[in-house]
Formats: sequence, C-alpha cells, structure tokens
Amino acid sequence: MKNRVVKVDTLARVEGEGGIFVRINEGKVGEVKVRIYEPPRFFEAFLRGRDFTEVPDITARICGICPVAYQMSSVTAMEDALGVTVEGPLRDLRRLLYCGEWIESHVLHIAMLHAPDFLGYDDALIMARDHPDLVKKALKMKKIGNDLMIAIGGREIHPVNVRVGGFYRVPRKADLTKFLDELRWGLDGAVELTKVASTLEFPPFEYEYEFVSLTRPEEYPMIGGRFTSTRGINIAIKEYEFYFEERHVPHSNALHSVEKGFGPYYVGPLARFNLNFDRLTPRAQEVARELGVLPPVKNPFRSIIVRGIETIFAYEEAIKIIEGYTLPDAPSIAVEPTAGIGFGASEAPRGTLYHRYRIADDGQILDAKIVPPTSQNLATIEADLRRFAAAHLDLDRETLTWKLEQAVRNYDPCISCATHMVTLIRE
Amino acid sequence: MNNTILIGVGNEFRSDDAVGILVAREIRRRHLGEIRILEFEGNGTSLLDAWDGADNLLIVDAVNAAAPPGSVLRFDVSQSRLPVHLFPQSSHGFGVAEAIEMARLLHRLPPTVFFYGIVGESFENGQGLSDRVLKNIPDLLQMIEEDVHSFALH
Repeated sequence: MKNRVVKVDTLARVEGEGGIFVRINEGKVGEVKVRIYEPPRFFEAFLRGRDFTEVPDITARICGICPVAYQMSSVTAMEDALGVTVEGPLRDLRRLLYCGEWIESHVLHIAMLHAPDFLGYDDALIMARDHPDLVKKALKMKKIGNDLMIAIGGREIHPVNVRVGGFYRVPRKADLTKFLDELRWGLDGAVELTKVASTLEFPPFEYEYEFVSLTRPEEYPMIGGRFTSTRGINIAIKEYEFYFEERHVPHSNALHSVEKGFGPYYVGPLARFNLNFDRLTPRAQEVARELGVLPPVKNPFRSIIVRGIETIFAYEEAIKIIEGYTLPDAPSIAVEPTAGIGFGASEAPRGTLYHRYRIADDGQILDAKIVPPTSQNLATIEADLRRFAAAHLDLDRETLTWKLEQAVRNYDPCISCATHMVTLIRE
Repeated sequence: MNNTILIGVGNEFRSDDAVGILVAREIRRRHLGEIRILEFEGNGTSLLDAWDGADNLLIVDAVNAAAPPGSVLRFDVSQSRLPVHLFPQSSHGFGVAEAIEMARLLHRLPPTVFFYGIVGESFENGQGLSDRVLKNIPDLLQMIEEDVHSFALH
C-alpha cells in the first residue's frame, strides 16, 4: 500500500466527462487531480457579437440539467446592464421555474446518483431492483419538477419562454393550481426521502470550509442577493471579481476559482443551508431540526441530507408561489438596449452561477464572463480528495477508489458546465 | 394499430450525436401512420415517462461501436439488455441504456422495444453529420419503416 495510484478514467454518475487521479507515494498523498476532458466550450466567445435578447436561449444550451440557472443568471445580468429590475409576480414566476429545476436536479442526484454510493450499489439499477417503491416514488417526484418547468418554461430541457425583462407568455392561475395536489404529494415524498437519506452512514469527514452563497434578507437564495461567506464576506454581485478569481490549471479544461488572498471555497447546498438556514420554509426547517441537521454542516458527505431539505423547501416554495399567484399585467417589462455592463448571479442546484456582460448601445454583446458552480468547487474537491486519501491510506484500492468517487459526487459536479476555454484567440 | 412511439435521442450541437434527432424529424415528415415522434436530449429518467403507455417503442441514437462509422445496428431490447459498450462515455449521469434497464426492473418497459444505433464518427461540438453517417441514413430509415409496417399488420 506504500506506492500506488488511484485512477478513475471516467467518473460515473456525474454530468459530463471527467476523471480523478490520486498518487500515493511512500505512504503519502502526492499528486491529486480532478481531470476534465470534456471538449472546451466556447460559449463566452460565442456570445460576443450576438444580440442581448439571445442570451437566455444561448446560455440555456450550456447545460441540460440546469438550463434555468443559466437563464436566470444571464437575464438578471442583462437587466442590470439595462437598468431595469423584474419584480412582483414575474419574479415569483422565475422563482417557481427555478423550484422545478431544483426539484428535478436534487431528486435525481439524491436517489439515482448519490444514494447508490452509500448503499454499496454500483448504480441506480441495483437500487431499483432492491427498493423499487422508493425509486418509483423518486421518479414521480422528479417528474413534478420537470412538469413545472414545461408549464412555465415551455419545455423541460432548454426552456424557451424566458426573456430579458420577463417571459414571452405567462401561465394563467389555473395552469398552475392544477399542480397543487401533486406538489403536496411531492412535499411529503421529499420529507420521506430526506429521512431515508439521514439514516445512511456518513464517513466522519469535517472541515472548516469557506462556504459562499447568495443571501437575501427575505428569502432562501435563488435569484440575486449579495454574496456572503463563512469568513464574513458580504458583497454586491458586481463586486464578485474583486474577491474571487479563476485560475487555469494544466490538467483540466475547467478553470479553478479561488477566493483572493485565501484559497478554495465551497458553493452549493451546504453553503446555502449554512448561511441561510433561517430563511428556509417552515417544513424544511422543522424536518432539519427533527433530524438534528443544523448549521453549520461541515461534512460534505452529508450534503445528500441537505439536498433533501432543499427539495422540501422547493416544493413548499412552489406551493406558496402558486397559491399567491396573480396574473402579471404583462408577460414582460419593456427593455431598450443601452450601452452598459451588467452582473447577475443565481443559485443553480449545485451552487452559485455568476454572469457578467458588456453590451454596446445597439444591444450587441461585447464581452461575456460565466463562472459556473462546478469550477468554483473544483479546487475544494481536489483538497477533499487529498484529505480523504491521506486519512484512509489503509483502505484497499477498490474501496478507496469508490470512496474518492463518492467524495466527488458530494458536489453533484456538472462537468459539462464547468469546462470552457481559458485563453481565447482574439481577433 | 397498436400504440407506437419513436424517440430520437441526441444532441443537435454535437456533430453525429444529432443523428437520432434528425432521423426522428425525417420520420415525422414521412407521416408513417399513427406514430408518436419525440425528440429527446437530456436526462434518461424522463424517458420512462415519455414512453409510458406505449405498446411499441423505437429508439434511435448515435452509438460507439467496434464497427465502421455509419454502420447501422438494430437490437431487440424487449428481452435482453443493450450491449454496454455502445455508450462508453455517456455525457449524462443516467442515459438511454440505464433508462431501458430501469424501466425493465420497474415493469415500465413497453412489450416491444427496438433500439437502432448508428455508429458515429465525431461527437465534437458543432453542427453537421459526417459523410459516412449521412450516407447510411436511408438504410436506417428503411429498417424503421419496415418495423413500423410490421406493427401495423399485427
């Protein structure tokens, strides 16, 4: 066991293509790399020269799992550049659309991608064989999220109904109230799923992470707010690049983000939960208390429970929004192109997604910057692998490999989103 | 006629990976009787709902296989699994093969299931099929039409 290499060429049950490489030398952990080999994406360059109105449809293409996140960060950045704010029922509808995405993404990750790790299963199929009722229920719960996305976004994979200023068309109240029964059923299902998740066995693995999340005084964060952190950062979205930067690392097509003058940080469910617990909906808080899962949760393996609590929140929030919904006066507010720079951020299921755009007075995009959650977490993921391997050198190769893969899946990484080219060939 | 659904799976912006989507569009254009056509990209778990209630399920997707690009493969998946090597690096956590097997375990797989794969040459970002894939699309379409025709006779 003194010298060995743990190598996983293709990580299973993550979005996109990536691998991990850990070298153990003379009983010490050497090189640790999360390797990303999805072809680099050129979205930031590709956006240049396009019209500002195209941004939600183009960026939704970056990810098939969290298109809403891309749409919400991009439209709010554009609206910031144009000096308008979308509020009231239109903003509620955006949150409702986002609830759909949180539900489908979180339920998929909890039941299909992450739970098999804890149960010692190779994949979700063996789980379906041994726990068919749980899996059937999870599939139905996930479908409710997808259906909500279709009702508001027009379709589930790359919603087409979101525009700068609001939506192209808005649902009538009856289009939404028909979901209430299913949502109430899903809420109970989410409570049950979270309770099941809490009975799993978690390796003791705590660390004093620097958690970073958006925060708004009146609500659990989804769209906009301020960046806050465990170490006390509290900044406007437009200040993000003063405090955080992306660095290129040779073994990865994805950039690694760090907090300037500090180092790796952590975005995602654990960060949101730890920094915004009081703003969770009542049932979500109640279940968290009942299970004794209270902030700060510092063990990333326990993120599966926190994802469950956030799923409860998403169902409750969706019900609340639908019950209070009134048809907006118009599907969108008027927006006129004007030269400017705009910043936007929102909470994708797997963490904070930051966008910045500069546009010309005719609305043409001059410059775009997109920082996805997975690239913000990559440095932390590598640090986790290093710590975990160092503490478990006694495990046999197969078990250690499994546990290290699981440690990556703690972050629900979306490798397809995280990859983009660093050095752009400029005209 | 029995209830038939054809699902074209793929990503329009990943070269040959688009073939499933493009074939689905062509079948739709040909109006082969009462057949539901669906273009699908994204996560496999939604497939179970997509084919819910169908008697005959046809799935078209680009695959990787130890055969020349453009080769057309047809599998009867009603009783046996799809060979796993067809999707060595699925870019989704839960893909077509997993969806089929999960449906089988949960008794949500239609009685008749055919999978048509066409071996892709390039899966790079970008639009446009490679010549070798393009050349064999007529064979694939004919195969699908014959199967759809045989359902109609039953």
